[in-house]
Amino acid sequence: MLYISKWKAAAILLTALICCLFAVPNFFPESMVKRWPAWAQRHIVLGLDLQGGSHILLEVDANDVRRQKLLALQDEVRRVLREARIGLTRAPIIRGNSVEVVIRESDLQQGLAKLRELSQPLGGFVGSTGARSLDVENAGGGVVRLTPTEPALLERTRQVIDQSVEIIGRRVNAMGLVEPSIQRQGNDRVLVQVPGLGNPEELIKVIGTTAKLTFRLVDTSMPVEQALQGRPPPESEIVYGSEAERSQPYLLDKRVIVSGEELTDAQPGFDQRTSEPIVTFKFNTSGARKFAQVTQENVGRPFAIVLDDKVISAPVIREPILGGSGQISGNFTVESANNLSILLRAGALPAKLTVIEQRVVGAGLGQDSIERGKLASYFGAALVVVFMVATYGLFGVFASIAVAFNVGMIFGILSLLNATLTLPGIIGIVLTIGIAVDSNVLIYERIREEVRTGRTPITAIDAGFTRALATILDSNITTFIAAAVLFFFGSGPVRGFAVTLGIGIVTTVFTAFTLTRLIVAWWVRWARPRQLAIS
Amino acid sequence: MRLYRSIPLLRIVPDDTKFDFMRFRRISFPVSAALSIVAILLFFFHGLNFGIDFVGGTLIEVQAKSGAADLAKMRAALSGLGLGDVQLQEFGGPADVLIRVAQQPGGEQAQQAAISKVREALGSEVDYRRVEVVGPRVSSELLAKSTIGLGLAIFAILVYLWFRFEWQFSLGAMIANVHDLVLTIGYMSLTQIDFDLSSIAALLTILGYSLNDTVVIYDRIREMLRRYKRMSMPELLNISVNSTLSRSIITHVTVTLALLALLLFGGHAIHSFVATMIFGVVLVGTYTSVFIAAPILIYLGVGTSRMDAEEPAEEAKTSNVKS
Repeated sequence: MLYISKWKAAAILLTALICCLFAVPNFFPESMVKRWPAWAQRHIVLGLDLQGGSHILLEVDANDVRRQKLLALQDEVRRVLREARIGLTRAPIIRGNSVEVVIRESDLQQGLAKLRELSQPLGGFVGSTGARSLDVENAGGGVVRLTPTEPALLERTRQVIDQSVEIIGRRVNAMGLVEPSIQRQGNDRVLVQVPGLGNPEELIKVIGTTAKLTFRLVDTSMPVEQALQGRPPPESEIVYGSEAERSQPYLLDKRVIVSGEELTDAQPGFDQRTSEPIVTFKFNTSGARKFAQVTQENVGRPFAIVLDDKVISAPVIREPILGGSGQISGNFTVESANNLSILLRAGALPAKLTVIEQRVVGAGLGQDSIERGKLASYFGAALVVVFMVATYGLFGVFASIAVAFNVGMIFGILSLLNATLTLPGIIGIVLTIGIAVDSNVLIYERIREEVRTGRTPITAIDAGFTRALATILDSNITTFIAAAVLFFFGSGPVRGFAVTLGIGIVTTVFTAFTLTRLIVAWWVRWARPRQLAIS
Repeated sequence: MRLYRSIPLLRIVPDDTKFDFMRFRRISFPVSAALSIVAILLFFFHGLNFGIDFVGGTLIEVQAKSGAADLAKMRAALSGLGLGDVQLQEFGGPADVLIRVAQQPGGEQAQQAAISKVREALGSEVDYRRVEVVGPRVSSELLAKSTIGLGLAIFAILVYLWFRFEWQFSLGAMIANVHDLVLTIGYMSLTQIDFDLSSIAALLTILGYSLNDTVVIYDRIREMLRRYKRMSMPELLNISVNSTLSRSIITHVTVTLALLALLLFGGHAIHSFVATMIFGVVLVGTYTSVFIAAPILIYLGVGTSRMDAEEPAEEAKTSNVKS
C-alpha cells in the first residue's frame, strides 16, 4: 500500500493539479479570461440566488392547445367534406373534446372514409408507436365524432413549447436584457432566467402575452346593444375593448382580414398631430394586398384591431390604405407602445402561457450571500484545520493539505462542467470541508489501532490504509446515493447543493485513495519512522 | 512507540475506552421509541410549518431603504389589499422584513397578480431582496417529488447496504436512520422551522451522513464477526463501537465545526437549513449509530449462526492477526 511507483505518483499529482488548475479562470476578471484560449475559459456560473436575477416558469395552457386543435379540425372537416361533395345534415360543431358532424345517410360510408384519411400516424417512424392523431367514430344516426388523441395533443404541446421558446427568446432579446436563458422544461413548460433582473413585472407582461393580432371589420348590420340582448348574427361575435375601455363591446365580423403573421415590422412612434404614443406597422405583400382590397370596399365603415380577443382600437376607414403600412393608436403609454411593437415583431405565441412560478433575487441579497458564504467557508476551513492539527499534529497538516486539494478540485470540476454554484452549493462545499477530513480520521485512527496491536509503524500504516479504504468507500457511497437522489428530484438551488456535495464525495474518495497515501508514503520514506518506533 | 505518541496530540478518547454501550440499550431503546412517538404526534397534531415551496403562495423579503422598517405601517398597507392571510416578520436586521402572503384562490394567475398588488402598496420605500411566487401546480409537484425522492433515497440505500452487508445490517441501519428522520421532523415541528425544499435537502443529507457513521461501525462489526467467532454479541458490539468511538467523535467535531461556521456566518437565508443539519447530524445521528444501530443487531439475530458457518480461509487470516 505504501509503495507507489514514480509514474503513479506523477499521475496522481498531475490529476489533482490539473483539476485544481481548471478553477483558475474563476479568480480572474471576465474581461481577461475572454482573451484566453477556449478550453481555458470554462468557469463556474453563479446561480441566480447569488448573482441576483429572475427565474420565471411558464406552463402552456393545455385547454388552449386543445381548443385550437379542435378549431383547426373543425375547419378541416368542413373543407374535406365540401371537397368530396358529401351532403351534411348538420355542419361540424365542437362538442366537449371532439368535433361532431352529421352526414346524410346516403353519403355516410364515403364521408367516413374521407374523414378517416384525416387521421395520421404519429411519430415519423413507421409503426413506432401505432398511435394515430385522431379517433374517428361512427356514433350512429349519421353522427361522426372525431377526437384528437392524447399523444397527438402531447405532440402538439411539444411543438407549441418549441415555438414558444423561440418567440420568447426574440421578445426577451428585443427588450435588451442581458444573457437571458430560455429553455424548454418537460413537455409543457418554458423556463426563463434573466440574471440581474430585479423586477420582472415588465418581462412577465411581455412574455405572458399571447399577442395574437387580427384586423377585422366591425359588423354594422345591427347595433351592439341589440346583439348583446338577442343573438349576434352567425358570422359575427361580440368582442370587448382592452382594459383601458373595458366596458365597450364591439360587434365584429368573425372573418379576419389580416392577422399579425402578415406583419413584417412594427415600431413604436408618436402621432404627428396628437403626439400620442402609437405603434406603426408594415404588412407583407399578401397582407398589404388583402388590406388594400378590404379598405377600398369599405370606406366609411369602422374596422377593429384586436389583440388577444380584446379590441385595442376601432377606427373608421377614411380612405383605402394601399401602402401596406399603418398605425395603431389606442391609449398607449410610451412603454406599452414599445412593448406592443416588440410583441408584434416577435410574433404571437402559438398558445396561452401562464406563469406558475416566479423567483426573484435582488443583486444586493446575492452579493450578501456570496460574502457570507465566503466568510463561512474561511472560518469553517480554519476551524477544521486548527482542530485537525491539534489532534494529529503533522498528520493533521497532511489532512489539511488533502482538504485544500479537495476544495481546489471541487472548484476545478465545477468549472470544467460549467456548473452553477448556488448558495446551498456553497453549504455543500463547507460541509465537504468538514466531511473530507473524515477519510483521514478513519485512516489515522486505524493506524493508531494497528500500532497498538504491536505492529511496526510502517506495517501499521500499511494495514491502516488497506483496512480504512474499504470503509471509506462504503460510507461515502451512502452519502453519494443521497446526493444523487437529491440531484434528480431536487430543483433549482437545492440541485446546486447536490452537485457540490456529490463532487465533494468523489474528490474526497479520490484524495483518500491517492493523495493522502502519496503524502504519507513520501513522509515514511523521508522520515523513516522505523528507526524511531519502539514496538 | 514514537510514532504512536507522535500522532495524537489532543487525545479525545483514551485508547483503552471500554464503555459498555450495549447495556444502555435498555435505556436508549425505550427512550428512542418514546421520542419517536412524540415526534410523530407532533407531526400529526402540531404539524410542520410548510413554506411556499409546498403550499404555494408568495414570499417577499424587503429591506427599508433608510433606517428601520416600519412594520406597523407596512402591515396596515398590506392588510387593506384583500390578500387574505399576510404575515410580516423581522428577518435578520431591523431593516429587513419577510412578508408571506397565503396562496390566493383563483389559480395560477391570481398568485402572480398578488405580487403586483404588494409591490404597488409598498411603493419605492423598500428594496426587494427576494420575491418568490409559487403557484398551486408547482407546489403540489414539489411536495410529491420530494416525498418520492426521500422514499427512493431510503430504498436505494437499503438495497445498497443489503448488497454490501447482510440483510440484518441493512434493516438495522434503516430502522436507525428512519428514527433519525422521524426525530428531525419532530424537531422541525416543535421549532416550527420553515419546511421548504432546503429542508428536504437537509433531511437527505442527514440520512446520508448518519448512515455514513452507521456504516463505519457496521464495517467494524462485520470485521469483528469474522475475527472473533466465539465472542458474545454484546461484547463484540461493544468492542466495535469502542474502537470506532474516537473516529466517530473526531469526525463529528469537524462536521460540527463546519456547520457552526455556517450557522454563525452564513446569514439568515440558510439558518434553518443549518440548524436542522446540526440537530440531525450532530445530535441525533451520532447517538443513533452508537446506541441504536449497533445494539439493534442483537435483536435482528446477527452473529447467531456464526459457529455453523466458519470459513477456514478467514480463520487462518484471523489467527494471523491475533498472534
